[in-house]
This record gives sequence, C-alpha cells and structure tokens, in this order.
Amino acid sequence: MTWLLTAPIIIPFATAVIAFLAKDSTSGRWWSLLGSILLFFASVALMAEVLREGVIAAQMGSWGAPFGITLVADLLSAVMVVITAITGLAVAIYALADIDEAKEKLGYHALFQVLIAGVVGAFLTGDLFNLYVWFEVMLISSFGLLVLGGSREQIDGGIKYVALNLVSTILFLSGVGLLYGMTGTLNLADLSLAVEEVENQGLLTVVAVMFMIAFGVKAAVFPLFFWLPAAYHTPAFSVSAVFAGLLTKVGVYALIRMFTLVFDHDISFTHEILLWVAVFTMVTGVLGAAAQQDFRKILSFHIVSQIGYMILGLALYTPLAIVGAVFYLVHHIVVKANLFLVAGVAQRLTGSTDLRKIGGLYKSSPVLGALFLIPAFSLAGFPPLSGFWAKYLLVKASLDIEAWFIAFVALAVGLLTIFSMTKIWGEAFWKPHPEGVEPVMGTIDRTALWPLVLPIAGLATLTIIIGLNPDPFVQFAERSAAQLLSPDAYVRAVLGGAP
Amino acid sequence: MEVMLSILVGVLAAAAVYLMLARNVLRFLLGLILISNAANLTIFAAGRVDTGQPPLIPEGAEAPIGYVANALPQALVLTAIVIGFGLFAFALVLAFRAYSVLGTLDSDEMRVAEPVEDKP
Repeated sequence: MTWLLTAPIIIPFATAVIAFLAKDSTSGRWWSLLGSILLFFASVALMAEVLREGVIAAQMGSWGAPFGITLVADLLSAVMVVITAITGLAVAIYALADIDEAKEKLGYHALFQVLIAGVVGAFLTGDLFNLYVWFEVMLISSFGLLVLGGSREQIDGGIKYVALNLVSTILFLSGVGLLYGMTGTLNLADLSLAVEEVENQGLLTVVAVMFMIAFGVKAAVFPLFFWLPAAYHTPAFSVSAVFAGLLTKVGVYALIRMFTLVFDHDISFTHEILLWVAVFTMVTGVLGAAAQQDFRKILSFHIVSQIGYMILGLALYTPLAIVGAVFYLVHHIVVKANLFLVAGVAQRLTGSTDLRKIGGLYKSSPVLGALFLIPAFSLAGFPPLSGFWAKYLLVKASLDIEAWFIAFVALAVGLLTIFSMTKIWGEAFWKPHPEGVEPVMGTIDRTALWPLVLPIAGLATLTIIIGLNPDPFVQFAERSAAQLLSPDAYVRAVLGGAP
Repeated sequence: MEVMLSILVGVLAAAAVYLMLARNVLRFLLGLILISNAANLTIFAAGRVDTGQPPLIPEGAEAPIGYVANALPQALVLTAIVIGFGLFAFALVLAFRAYSVLGTLDSDEMRVAEPVEDKP
C-alpha cells in the first residue's frame, strides 16, 4: 500500500532526473510524456484504493506517527492528485509543439516534472513541515519555469512573483514554528487533536491568521493577489497553463486542509474573515479582468476571481458549501488550464495575444472557436457545463443559510465573467483581423497541430462529461466533504487505533 | 534565553520590514535575508532553549535516558536554512539579470510586463 502513496511522487522525480540527463537531445520530451502517462496510471490506482478503503496513510521510513513523516490520501487528496496528473499529461503533450529546443536545452522538462512532483507531494503529505518543503520544491521549479528563456517581460514579472512568494513562504515558516511551540507536534492529524488542549486559544487564532495570509498569497486572494496578473501572462503557454491550473489551487487546498482539520476552533472569527476575503476576491478579480485587453491577462484575473468562489465554499463551512468548494476546485483546474492552452493556439495563428491586434479566428478555424467556447462558458457557469453545477452548489449553499448578499455577489460575478468571455470571443474570434491578415490554420504544420489540439479537445471533453453527468462527481464531492468536516477517519488512519 | 531570542527576532523582523518596504529590489532582498533568519530563530526558540543532554540513545537502551534536549527544531531550522539559501541565491541572480536586462532595480520603473495603458 505504501507504494501507492509514494509512486505519484517518485515517478515525476525520476522522470525529472532522466529528462535532465537527456536535455541536450530531443528525447527529453518523450521521457516527460512517458512519466506523465505513468503518473496518470499511478494516480488512478491511488484513487481506486482510496475509494475502496477510505483514508489511507503510510509512514515514511517506518517512523511511527506522529514522529515520522506521514503521507496521507483522503478523497480530496486523491482527486487532486488525479486532476494534477491529467493536467500534467495534457500539458506534456502540448509542450511537444509549444516548447522549442532552446528551452528544452535549458531544462524545461526537468523543471516541469519537479513542479508536478512538488504539487503532488503537497497534496499527499500529512505533515506540516513537509508541506512547507513541498511548497518550496514547487516554488523553486516554478521560478525556473517562469523566467526560462529570459525575455524582458519574464524577468519583470519574475521579480514580482519571486518577491511576494518568498514573503509568503517566510510567514508560513514562522507559523509552523509558532504552532510547533504551542503544541509540540507537526503531524496534521496529531495537530487537530493537540490544538484543543492549547490553553491560550487567542494565540492559536493569531497563528491561524498567519497561515491564512501565507496560503492566501499562494492562492492569490484579495488583497494578496498582485503577483499573479503581473507574471502569469509572460512565460511559455504550457507554463502558463500548468501554473493557472495547479499552483494557486495548491494554496486553496492548503487553506481547506488547515481550516477544516486544524483551525476549526474559532469559526465565527477565522471563517468570517475568509468569507469577506472571498467576496472581495471574486469582485476585484472580475473587475480587473474587465479592464484588460490581453487574452492571457484577462484569463489571469479570472483565476483570481474564481479562487474567490472556492474560498467562499470553505468560508460558509456548511456541508453543501464544502461540497461546492471541492467540485469547484476540480472543475476549475480543467477549465482554466484549457483556456490558456487555447490562448497559445490563438497566439500561434494570429501572432499576438493582444485583443486589439488580432481577430478572424472563427472564420479560419470554427473548431478552435468551439473548443474555446466550451471552457469559456463553463467558466462563466452556463448550463449544462461543469461550471454551472459548481456555481449552483455554492449559490444554493449561501441561500440555504440566508446569506442573500453573498449569493447575489456570486451570481453577479458570474454575469461579469460572461462579459469578459464574450469580449475575448468578439475580439479574437468574430471581429475581422484589424490588418486584414486572415489567420490560416494551415500555417501550423501537421506535426505540431495534433499535440496542440489533442489536449484542448481532451480537457474540453472532460468539461462536457462533468457537465452532462454531474451526479457521480457531486456524490464524490459529498463524500469528500463529509471526510473533511468530520476528520475522525483521517486522524485514525494516521495515528492508528487511538482516536 | 527565550525572552532574549524573542527580542532579537522582533528587532530583525522590524529591520527587515523597513528594508523590504524600499523600492530598490536589492534592499528588498537584504530584508528578505533578515526576515528569514528571524523566522529560523522563531522555530529555534519555539523548541524551548534549555540545557539537556544530547538526544542520543545509549547502546542497549530503547529510549534516551534522563533529560535530553529537543533536537527537532534544529533539524527544522537546518532544513529551512538550506532551502532559504537556495531560494535566495536564485533571487539574487534574478535581481542581477533584471538589472542587466531592464537597466534598473527600482521596482516602480519595472513596467515591462504591465505597461501603463494609454488613456483612450
């Protein structure tokens, strides 16, 4: 059983080593693809085991919990690993055409695989300090990927990204230190028991807020999100897509994990803050997007706006709201990564992502138009796509507790999302090209076409499947939310028989 | 001892915040070193500073005998120092590249990725 938990971490690391050794030849990309395929199967095997057995845990080096490092997979971790593997696979295919040899020589594939390993590790760990280490693994490889190639925009965006993320890291580390000082343990399951015995609950709330800020920067919530729109539109499209899909969601995952398992002692204070953070995040994100004129900048601001919905689910803290947050998390990763991949194809066809300089995409490629509309309308919450169910669950959760204002904001932000998506549609797809140069699909040569279109079509299919057949996904999210809200199973799996 | 360490952490953090509020990226990075050391000392102090025996298990025993010091915070700090050093080295090189490519270290003038939009 141990290998089920370690394989999703070992596979990308091993792939990274091979890809690094092969970086001077073109074989690195195939190794990266192979590693991503293996990771996908490993994650599905893990998911099958978690569905069958419930929460599973493994003690690294056979040091018993709470002394050693524990890897744990509950339903939320497992589904996040699966979705990471799917996104990783899609981007690995896309990178076959998107990443040129110069970037391969600089070690793109090795950095990419380390990033995936860091993300998976963060989802699977059951130890707070280990979570910090995974964050760092993720962070250093994302730094490398972001500035790979070294254009002026990348360096500029990179400075802001690096600076703010390092500050958040240090806050996280201080929080870990203080929490250890109060409880004497770093194991998450053990912490969830130990925090109840802390005498000064007020201090505990202070530490909780430190974690909220640290993870808030990673998750890009209001007012800590400014690094995201500064950086996400600068690197290669594959890199943007995997960042947009996964990185901020690790922050959201960490928030959900910590504020359901450990910091649930003062909900009226901490979750009230989270609620207003969520509202402002949704509104500022979507308004920021409305002011932008660049394909990727609009999408970047929408990441911020959508993060607000997920935090909203956590902040409302009712069973239905947590169901909504989990569902939203899964749906959003698929949709957002896909939109950035579409932006990459649009840039290839028209030569720019500035909406004022491009146009005529629908005429040259109706298929690409359809493939854009699916994730775009899903993002905005059109039935019957996946985003509709995600928003429906959250709005219903807020109506159930008679939070009318929250429900109103959630719906209004959905409306403004449609505005942005139709802006991209109108400018990039419908409007004729401003310089009269019609983009021609034939300009992309055949060998590059399939790697570009296949992942987009695959992710769009997944969006439609979730949208048309939401029942199993909602039921899964319900089981996952039940595990999160009563962490007994998690604690028992980690610490053994003792409750 | 903890009190003195706490005061030291406070002083380091205050100096660091002052430096990090500067527009110059290099000053920001110097502040970052200070604050990461403050964080390391926080962990160190959180493990309680006292005088115990080294946490070694004598041959034949199952557990350490007598009162031993807490070794965990030192392991954590060591890890954090190594990671922090790696990240800082990267940040320093990035700042150098930024200076050679953008010609400035003033963060207010770094507007290449987010150019000031022309008023319509």
